[in-house]
Amino acid sequence: MFASFTQIKNSITHLRIGDWLVIAISSVLVVYLFQHLWSHEHAAKVQIRVGDKVHATYDLNLARHVQVTGALGEAVIHIAHGKARFAKSPCHNQYCVHQGWLNHSGQAAICLPNQISLELIGEKKPYDTLNY
Amino acid sequence: MQIQTTSDDHRIAKLAAFAIALHMVEALLPSPLPGVKPGIANIVTLYVLLRYNFATAAWVSILRVFASSLLLGQFLSPTFALSLSGAILSLGVLGLAVHLPKRYFGAVSLSILAAFAHIGGQLLVVRLWLIPHASVAYLIPVFALAALVFGLINGLITAQLINKHQRHDQ
Repeated sequence: MFASFTQIKNSITHLRIGDWLVIAISSVLVVYLFQHLWSHEHAAKVQIRVGDKVHATYDLNLARHVQVTGALGEAVIHIAHGKARFAKSPCHNQYCVHQGWLNHSGQAAICLPNQISLELIGEKKPYDTLNY
Repeated sequence: MQIQTTSDDHRIAKLAAFAIALHMVEALLPSPLPGVKPGIANIVTLYVLLRYNFATAAWVSILRVFASSLLLGQFLSPTFALSLSGAILSLGVLGLAVHLPKRYFGAVSLSILAAFAHIGGQLLVVRLWLIPHASVAYLIPVFALAALVFGLINGLITAQLINKHQRHDQ
């Protein structure tokens, strides 16, 4: 009863235009579902860490400028409209500042030289820890 | 007392038995995630739908769900409910999709549409009854991908079987 692999290949060549249409639409649907249902939850809070300690957790909906002193000096973090970013940092390469605004839960900006990190958390944290 | 049976009944019984056997084989296979299964028994449903008619396909599919759950000891369990809701929804979609123009839509289209209806029916039961909170949403993309891949493969196998059969007839 089971068709062999070459027979399956043969039946691929017999696919009709509607079949290709169904395959294409379903593929788009699957990609759409992955994009929308996997970790694109908007964040509710930002957690600021200095070294290995949680410095503070702020609500993202309340606009404020936060000054945090890290290993090198003072960094400024802006929070507004459900987003957060490093606005100023005393670090050399400024990667953290260039990362710009973060707004999805699970996103993080880590300033290694200054030992300050931002992590966005949603209503519930998608994971407990990340190891590199 | 003897029940009068027609040749249609015999055919349904034979085909359903075949679908049940495939269902049993599949039950032995390990699954990476609960609910993600190739659904090879659906090849029989599709084949019957294209070769005979919708009523026969519906009988074969529903008989398969009931008999398989009895054999596996899952009758009236959540697994059975999932299986039945999936079967009913995919039959519903097949009942509509079979009217699509045959020139453009073959077994592969029907198979993929039925596979999506199948997971749709199952997710509905999961959401409404088994796990009534939103965390199921996380699994939907995985189920949808499985429906696309297995629907495609089952459809290709069915198309091949139908082709073979038509060549026999000629």
